[in-house]
Amino acid sequence: MPQCLVVDDSAVMRRIARSMLEKLGFDCTEAADGAQAVEAVRQHAPDVILLDWEMPVLDGFGALTALRAEPWGRAPRIVMCTTLSDMERIVAALEAGADEYVMKPYDQEILADKLRAVGVLD
Amino acid sequence: MTAAALATIRDVVQRRSGIAMAADKDYLVAARLEPLLPQLGVATTVALADRIGRQNDARLAMLVTDALTTNETLWFRDGRPFDLLRDVVVPDILERRAAERELRFWSAACSTGQEPYSLAILLAEDTARLAGWRWRILGTDLSATAVARAREARYSQFEVQRGLSAHRLIKHFSKDGEAWRLKEALRAAVELREANLLSLPPLGPFDAVMCRNVLIYFDVPTKRAVLDAVAARLRPGGWLLLGAAETTLGITSAFTPHPEHRGLYRRA
Repeated sequence: MPQCLVVDDSAVMRRIARSMLEKLGFDCTEAADGAQAVEAVRQHAPDVILLDWEMPVLDGFGALTALRAEPWGRAPRIVMCTTLSDMERIVAALEAGADEYVMKPYDQEILADKLRAVGVLD
Repeated sequence: MTAAALATIRDVVQRRSGIAMAADKDYLVAARLEPLLPQLGVATTVALADRIGRQNDARLAMLVTDALTTNETLWFRDGRPFDLLRDVVVPDILERRAAERELRFWSAACSTGQEPYSLAILLAEDTARLAGWRWRILGTDLSATAVARAREARYSQFEVQRGLSAHRLIKHFSKDGEAWRLKEALRAAVELREANLLSLPPLGPFDAVMCRNVLIYFDVPTKRAVLDAVAARLRPGGWLLLGAAETTLGITSAFTPHPEHRGLYRRA
């Protein structure tokens, strides 16, 4: 079963994402900020991370940069999520090593499509 | 909605579009038309049926047909047909049209433009093989509203995510207020016009046609008429891509199925 780490400071958003991901056959763990996310990745080595942008402590972009700087055997795929659909943000996320970008609110079909695109869902 | 009103609406839509709406889709008729009643200027679906039936209101009939036949669509829909275009169809056309160095595609029933523009993206990215080639895409649809939207090439945040990768989004679109707009170079490569598959104007000839998820709505004689009309607009040996649930077998001999790839046909 593929593992997904859901990173969002909103418990409601985590629950929504988790429910969609579990329907798609993912085993989920959660983190509430970027620092927790980096720690969770070290512990659980998920296949994919759904990473929110706006978060306290360490934001999604900071976590993305930190994660991409780590020496992985097999790097997790990273899908960045935000309510903002600025061109600059998407470009910045992709340049910093994100694999995909998904805009909130989540849509089950689009989420599935993005997970397929990064190769963690058939 | 009464049975008589439903029958009238089904009849008008079938005459205008050729699409036979099954009785088990009745819920769809009500669900799509009822929210539109205020803007259509009628109070009830019964009054609407009277206007387009007995009173023969052509403008209203067009709007109703639009509302009932315009389907949502997505980028690179189903993936595989676009892989077939890239891996089978384009290499074949490149060989056969080497003298002219020109490719012509037709997206029949293109709805709001995602299919012809996906094809444009695919071809624009194929710079190694297509350097020095001219290519043009025609998109047609029955719905004037859909064609107008396709020409505009502006898509909501929701629409651009459906099937389009983030990399392709930032490469081929620019942000336009709350929406995203396909860049000019790709818009210019795609011509869009209204056309009814049941009464096609002279078009083409094309090297390949995508006509996907349309035939499923037609009865067999209509399927045959549409396929024959499409064949007449293809070059000999030209390609046809159909939807997953569609076939030419048992309907017309104008096409031969590809021996390996389902959904891919060649003009006989």
